[in-house]
Amino acid sequence: MPQSKNDALPRLRFLTCGSVDDGKSTLIGRLLYESSSVLDDQMDAVANESSKFGTQGDSVDLALLLDGLQAEREQGITIDVAYRYFSTKQRSFIAADAPGHEQYTRNMATAASNSDLAILLVNAKSGLLPQTRRHARIVSLLGVRHCILAVNKMDLVGHDEKTFTQIADEFQTFAKALEFQSINSVPVSALNGDNLFTASQHMPWYKGSSLIDLLETIKIETGQAQAPFRMPVQYVNRPNSEYRGFCGTVASGSVKVGEEIVVLPSAKTTRVKEIAGPSGTVETASSNQAITLLLEDEIDISRGDIIAAVDAPTAVADQIAAHIVWMDEASMLPERPYTIRFHSMSCIAQVTDLVHRIDTNTGKKIASKKLELNEIGYCKLSLDREAAFDSYSENRQTGSFVLIDRYTNATVGAGVIDFALRRASNIHWQETRVDKEQRARMNDQKPCLLWFTGFSGSGKSTIADRLEQRLQSLGRRTYLLDGDNVRHGLNHDLGFTDQDRVENIRRVAEVAKLMVDAGLIVLVSFISPFKAEREMARGLVADDEFHEIFVDTPLEVCEARDIKGLYKKARAGELKNFTGIDSDYEVPENPEILLKGAEEEIDVLVDQVLTKLGIN
Amino acid sequence: MADNLDFLESESIHIIREVAASFANPVMMYSIGKDSAVMLHLAMKAFHPGKPGFPLLHVDTTWKFGEMITFRDAEVKRLGVKLITHINPNGIENGVGPFSHGSKVHTDVMKTEGLKQALKAHKFDAAFGGARRDEEKSRAKERVFSFRNAAQQWDPKNQRPELWNLYNTEISKGESVRVFPLSNWTELDVWRYILREKISLVPLYFAKERPIVIRDGMMIMVDDDRIPLEPDEKPMMKRVRFRTLGCYPLTGAIESDATTVEEIITELEQDRTSERQGRMIDHDQIGAMEQKKREGYF
Repeated sequence: MPQSKNDALPRLRFLTCGSVDDGKSTLIGRLLYESSSVLDDQMDAVANESSKFGTQGDSVDLALLLDGLQAEREQGITIDVAYRYFSTKQRSFIAADAPGHEQYTRNMATAASNSDLAILLVNAKSGLLPQTRRHARIVSLLGVRHCILAVNKMDLVGHDEKTFTQIADEFQTFAKALEFQSINSVPVSALNGDNLFTASQHMPWYKGSSLIDLLETIKIETGQAQAPFRMPVQYVNRPNSEYRGFCGTVASGSVKVGEEIVVLPSAKTTRVKEIAGPSGTVETASSNQAITLLLEDEIDISRGDIIAAVDAPTAVADQIAAHIVWMDEASMLPERPYTIRFHSMSCIAQVTDLVHRIDTNTGKKIASKKLELNEIGYCKLSLDREAAFDSYSENRQTGSFVLIDRYTNATVGAGVIDFALRRASNIHWQETRVDKEQRARMNDQKPCLLWFTGFSGSGKSTIADRLEQRLQSLGRRTYLLDGDNVRHGLNHDLGFTDQDRVENIRRVAEVAKLMVDAGLIVLVSFISPFKAEREMARGLVADDEFHEIFVDTPLEVCEARDIKGLYKKARAGELKNFTGIDSDYEVPENPEILLKGAEEEIDVLVDQVLTKLGIN
Repeated sequence: MADNLDFLESESIHIIREVAASFANPVMMYSIGKDSAVMLHLAMKAFHPGKPGFPLLHVDTTWKFGEMITFRDAEVKRLGVKLITHINPNGIENGVGPFSHGSKVHTDVMKTEGLKQALKAHKFDAAFGGARRDEEKSRAKERVFSFRNAAQQWDPKNQRPELWNLYNTEISKGESVRVFPLSNWTELDVWRYILREKISLVPLYFAKERPIVIRDGMMIMVDDDRIPLEPDEKPMMKRVRFRTLGCYPLTGAIESDATTVEEIITELEQDRTSERQGRMIDHDQIGAMEQKKREGYF
């Protein structure tokens, strides 16, 4: 296993991508084999498995070196990113083998996020495919600036020069619209090793470098070292009362003892007193080093802040524009709250505006209301607090984020920041003198939000209506927001698709919040099928002001009642996206109040609510 | 200019700090081997001048080499860190061992089950492991932050995408993550770092005359009298060392003259077999490691 003796060139991280059956795994398998990174016992194991799963007849199938998971070996395809490590005398490499199937594009984006170079494979026999263009676009979007087009399976086209030149030219033309700094094309046969490590005898017409020559010599200028200093604060180290160190990895630039720095978002400034590197105190630290900074002044700094060069601070905003790659089966819905994870900080974010979706095959911008798995969209996002960040083109570390579903905790999207939106800094909160408490006192009641949820026909609105009458008779000031009624006015422009339902609830929740602020007892009667939106509403008012009331009437009972005749229509297919029929209802897990709508008389149910609220 | 080892070192420290900042109750799996030694060394650096705020956990199968336990106790004392050891009581009760029950049952019960018991009992929400992606094919696809459901199982087909150095640390109650700070290190990187940082290791890694018997084609060291010998069998003295350490009856020695870290590196640079070759448990069946990992093994 030779290892690079020359560490002057930094390790190169690259990914291979391309369409199914273009031979990606075989190519990396061959690179590993030829660089002597495959050891005898691993080779024996592959030979053993080749006879069982191999696709190369009697000869050893090198792709099996990479396809690590059982399911992949059985299906003969790559379903996840595999990382491989090899070195030549010139350089060390980390190769990420990314899947070719369209449905696994998210994994390709994952591999691209940490790569400086992409080897894009094309099958000489089939030429550029939509998949090739799609991958080139994603790779470019994720900031990979160097591309090697490996025209593979040259043996299948008789090592024909014209075929190669045509494909290479076509790609060059296509890639002009992308942001690659270098594109090199090489005709290869991964199966036989042509032009991988040595010049191919079958293609004397090719005068360029072999693939490994290109990989060994390409210079990656990320500009990371020259960019302004950035260190996201990851951890505050306080082993004793005297020591307060700010730990993090330098994202870009460098820092020296004595230099003035600025902390963002607070914009407070101070000087660097001491720098602790991994092996002790140093005078200066630069990008990719995990360090601890001690500062001159005691200023308030916590995880999620960025320490930056004083003359080149990051952007600070609570609104951003970004490209998002969607990675989850459940589609991305504008206005739904997600956890956003930047460098070292997390907060809540909503996509306020899906500006357009990008057709990754053609590059065209398409109007869209949601993003599905593997789609890319250009979005505006709103955060629940100000954050420090850069644009992705300036800094990959401080300009990227992932979105996390708040209930499943799955990583559902990945984003690259385009820029901070100015809007945030221009709209300020107007301070008002009269507050919620004063209004509540005038009304002589504790305002609250009673959120009724349940199927259509569960009895929500009837119960809410009777409850409001009882509250009125007890001298309480109330308002009932009913789903159907609000749809006649405020929300008349919304339909019943998932994204419209989310917006419907958002508007009602905001109105209800204002009414609670005004000191009223607000009753909201909405199907509100999604947990995420009910939780969003909960978050708008104080903890003790929100009461989720689940009217738990079984679907069969609701359907049997069918007061409005809607279930009949939905069953007949005349009404689309009807909750319980062809649209989901997410049952509340811990409602404050649970009402058995099918089992109790209405006045008993109303009494139950009043008792829970302590009004009676 | 920063070299490859500097880069790996900083990346690992970043990962270790991320866990300390994001989880309520982390633990570091400490298996006493060279990878654990490197991981512990990095944890000491990550929180310097303080100490790591989490304990070490050693799941003792009761069949480790005697020298490993001696080394473990000395290291813990020297560094002033907290160590939790756990032995699966069910295994002890049923007398489970590699000779009586075979490698698969022994590993399942004493290692995987024991580990799960310990993680559950202490309610650890994040557990560091020293595994590297270059060790084995199914590991090559594992995330740095690898999610485990409430039953501590790994679902390789449903892993969270991991982009840039943004790690998803969100979990619900009862769920946990396994974290692998050495994901991007190779075996040679580990040895070069040990050399550079002068990290102390269990002496078993270095060549010495040791009593050996042959079992299933592997050279097994007679570490104590629990190993059943044939009536006339006499262990032979051979100059050997170990590339990985585990339960002594399941760990094959290699013939070697390498007595220093430099010599080991030279030996590795010329070697044509991988370190896991000496591991019996990987070869039980095709996809053996993936199966073990699904069930909760590291």
